[in-house]
Amino acid sequence: MTDHAYNFAYLDEQTKRMIRRAILKGVAVPGYQVPFASREMPMPYGWGTGGVQVTAACLTPEDVLKVIDQGADDTTNAVSIRKFFQRTAGVAVTDATAAATMIQTRHRIPEQALTEDQILVYQVPIPEPLRFLEPRETETRKMHSLEEYGLMHVKLYEDIARHGSIATAYAYPVKVEGRYVMDPSPIPKFDNPKLSDSPALQLFGAGREQRIYALPPYTQVVSLDFDDHPFTASKAPHDCDLCGASESYLDEVIMDDAGGRMFVCSDTDFCASRRAEGHVGRLGEDQFSSKKIANSFEGICGGAEGTQ
Amino acid sequence: MSRMETLTTPLLQVEHLTKRYGTRIGCADVSFDLWPGEVLGIVGESGSGKSTLLSCLAGHLTPDAGRVIFDTRDGPRDVLAMGEPERRRLSRSDWAFVHQNPRDGLRMGVTAGGNVGERLMAVGARHYGDIRAKATDWLGRVEIAAERIDDRPSAFSGGMQQRLQIARNLVTGPRLVFMDEPTGGLDVSVQARLLDLLRGLVREMGLSAIIVTHDLAVVRLLADRLMVMKGGHVVESGLTDQVLDDPQHAYTQLLVSSVLQV
Amino acid sequence: MIRISGVSKNFTLHNQGGAVIPVMAGAALSVAPGECVGLVGASGAGKSTLMRMVWGNYLAASGSIMVGGLDVAQAEPRQIIALRRSTLGYVSQFLRVVPRVPTLDVVAEPLLQLGVPQDQARDRAAALLARLNIPQRLWSLSPTTFSGGEQQRVNIARGFAHGYPALLLDEPTASLDAANREVVLSLILEAKARGAAILGIFHDEGARARVCDRLVDVTGFTPKVAA
Repeated sequence: MTDHAYNFAYLDEQTKRMIRRAILKGVAVPGYQVPFASREMPMPYGWGTGGVQVTAACLTPEDVLKVIDQGADDTTNAVSIRKFFQRTAGVAVTDATAAATMIQTRHRIPEQALTEDQILVYQVPIPEPLRFLEPRETETRKMHSLEEYGLMHVKLYEDIARHGSIATAYAYPVKVEGRYVMDPSPIPKFDNPKLSDSPALQLFGAGREQRIYALPPYTQVVSLDFDDHPFTASKAPHDCDLCGASESYLDEVIMDDAGGRMFVCSDTDFCASRRAEGHVGRLGEDQFSSKKIANSFEGICGGAEGTQ
Repeated sequence: MSRMETLTTPLLQVEHLTKRYGTRIGCADVSFDLWPGEVLGIVGESGSGKSTLLSCLAGHLTPDAGRVIFDTRDGPRDVLAMGEPERRRLSRSDWAFVHQNPRDGLRMGVTAGGNVGERLMAVGARHYGDIRAKATDWLGRVEIAAERIDDRPSAFSGGMQQRLQIARNLVTGPRLVFMDEPTGGLDVSVQARLLDLLRGLVREMGLSAIIVTHDLAVVRLLADRLMVMKGGHVVESGLTDQVLDDPQHAYTQLLVSSVLQV
Repeated sequence: MIRISGVSKNFTLHNQGGAVIPVMAGAALSVAPGECVGLVGASGAGKSTLMRMVWGNYLAASGSIMVGGLDVAQAEPRQIIALRRSTLGYVSQFLRVVPRVPTLDVVAEPLLQLGVPQDQARDRAAALLARLNIPQRLWSLSPTTFSGGEQQRVNIARGFAHGYPALLLDEPTASLDAANREVVLSLILEAKARGAAILGIFHDEGARARVCDRLVDVTGFTPKVAA
């Protein structure tokens, strides 16, 4: 039920307009970090306040919302944000990627290909990819405006010098349309190729840092690399133990204290849909050893806020 | 025959450069030419305007009047009339700036190899193996052992840090190097080694350099020409040994006679 | 090769009440290629001062000092630098070098400045050092720690490394033993033979007699008001 003490989607209309203007500017200049007057939200920084504000500004009563955290619909962060919008906007929610018109995410891009009718909203902790090596904001802004991006490669150089290969596994820097270097938020680099040429509108919100940036549909996004150390979208070299998928990003789950472990899709909706279609992984049918774990990762048993 | 005779255009032409801090004079009406392969020393006591002048030349400060014409690869251009992007590009490709304190010129959290490689990557190098090979070569040229390439400068001595800063600056083959008290804060024995290194690099690379220092011994050994500054004005200039051995201006005579003899 | 005319020199001591001390007036002399001219005169008469003016180290107040077509008295610093690099050599009484630079490199440096390849320059330096009896074990050390006589010989080796068309020698045989004095004199004679114009100060009368074609007494250039 909508809590009538609040405006639709919590934020007042003027604030939403302000955020929409920032979003439009971000869409007009893909990869450019647009400052915006981030509001205090009724949740702590680090819980997705930037993403929530972007979602609130874009949400319409007809939207169907999906919220994921590390690919799962049923983790604390996802559950509370979903509840927040159910209460303040009264919108329909879903776990099914295909059914959603708006998806707010933390740390993942859904496995299922997105469509032109969808908006993907990322929660961003640190929007400035150059921050790691150049702490001065005045200087990093100048570097962006003058396209001085040598420093970004210094970070990758340091990786190779120290680890023998580019060890950056998440928040892997990208260049947008050959112009702005952008932090794609802490998604695994496995997801980086999905950023490019996506039919969906991708929006990035950093609440604490007060920045919004965007990738309009079909934007070219290239992961930075060296000629002799090309970018690779790595994942654990296994198939999903529940649904048998070989092409999805996997989480490692420790089963016991004797070295037992299993790999499961981090995208719970993707995994559940595959199993519903009859795909079975190594441990998918073993009722006794994996039922509990499988359940906890299905993400479709949350009766309290379930939508089915 | 030698480099300096064959080239006929000055690398840098400075005309009536003036910088004021409110009513106080930073430097006033400074003019000189710097020719390819030449090392110019600027001496004077603290507050004489020599560092202000260097900052204006290197684009770190905006002067109030005057022109700084640099012979770019596309011909002579007034650096002060350039836009900031172009000037910053120039300062990455054709210029170098060696700070007195290596901490100002190095990234202390980045390995020695990364520090040297940054300028290469900034001008478009994208082959890790090549960047590393070049960094290794340059560490050797400034007498830093190749096995230190993955150490951070914080693990280096002051002299090594200063040599690393020089390698980082010279790796892209600049044509003009600005140095602000490059041997300040170093032990005398370390200074000597650095001076020898700088002399060799200047000779081998055909570098032009402008060195600001208060140390007359340093300019005697490094600089071809000397400018003496006092109160923001250039009071005397000429061949280094001539200015030091036959100073004409009262202030220069005082400066030269004030040096302790060892 | 070297032609001096009407040269005068004053020192103005700004920090001692602006006292102006004239030290030379109307100096004139010339040195032809292959000729060695010795400067004589009492101590303080201005031999070294004249030599330093030719070198460009002291400014002349008036007159002209032509060296190989360049008027040193009027030249731009960079012209003098070029002149010193290729045309005019100078063996002073003092060795001024960057500390810790090996002797071999100190001697080779004038050649390196001219763009001679390093191995060639070092070979030439080694030959000169050997001839001047500097033990090979010292070549890799800095000359700053050497004895006066050794430093003097290093200085001479450096001055003769490149075959300058004009040479200035300030007491090249002072503080040398007989054998080394002999080597230096033969170096000077060889330089004359290849056509170098040499202007020198030799207190050693025997040496002066051996190498000098003419002598010029600088006492004649002393300003009348002085003394």
